[in-house]
Amino acid sequence: MDGTQAIADLTEISSQIESVVLLDGKGAVAGSTFADEAAATRFAEASKALLEAAEALREGGEPLTQLEAETPEGSVFVLREGDRLIAATTVPDPTVGLVFYDLKSALRAAEDAKPKRKPRPRAPKKATKAAKDDA
Amino acid sequence: MRRLTVLLAFAGGFFAVGALLRRTTGRGRERVDLYYADGSMKTLADGSVDAARLLGLAREAIHAARA
Repeated sequence: MDGTQAIADLTEISSQIESVVLLDGKGAVAGSTFADEAAATRFAEASKALLEAAEALREGGEPLTQLEAETPEGSVFVLREGDRLIAATTVPDPTVGLVFYDLKSALRAAEDAKPKRKPRPRAPKKATKAAKDDA
Repeated sequence: MRRLTVLLAFAGGFFAVGALLRRTTGRGRERVDLYYADGSMKTLADGSVDAARLLGLAREAIHAARA
């Protein structure tokens, strides 16, 4: 499953999530709910800034894996696994555990979508004795 | 005059109950929950300097998403 499909599945199952962006290992947008990539990048940058500011609060300690910031306007969720990141906004007062679960599932679904290796061309079969006899 | 007093008392009581419900259900509050790799969690409640900074960034992210 690619990032776009993972995001489509996520928004289908979660009515609480308003917008979401998925970043790949290189920090590029791998999927989002935004109509254009510039808007997705703006939200991704704002989410990364939030995560970095939160990380700075506990320098040298355990790495920060996820966060939720709740405001009256809605919540922001940022979740990181390895070098991938998913960030979302929700309606006010969301079901926090459920949103984290759905985001984690989407992140893992996209991660599982590794490019398939092309099958190697088979070596030509050695001529059998019967084929040699026919020739 | 008495009617007005009763009306004002009723309105005051209505808003007081509303405020109490908002507080008890947690709606309208602001906070940041941070989750670490070791499974620990830290809540930054509204009012602290750290929470104010992170909530400002969260609001920016929400506005960026809704722009």
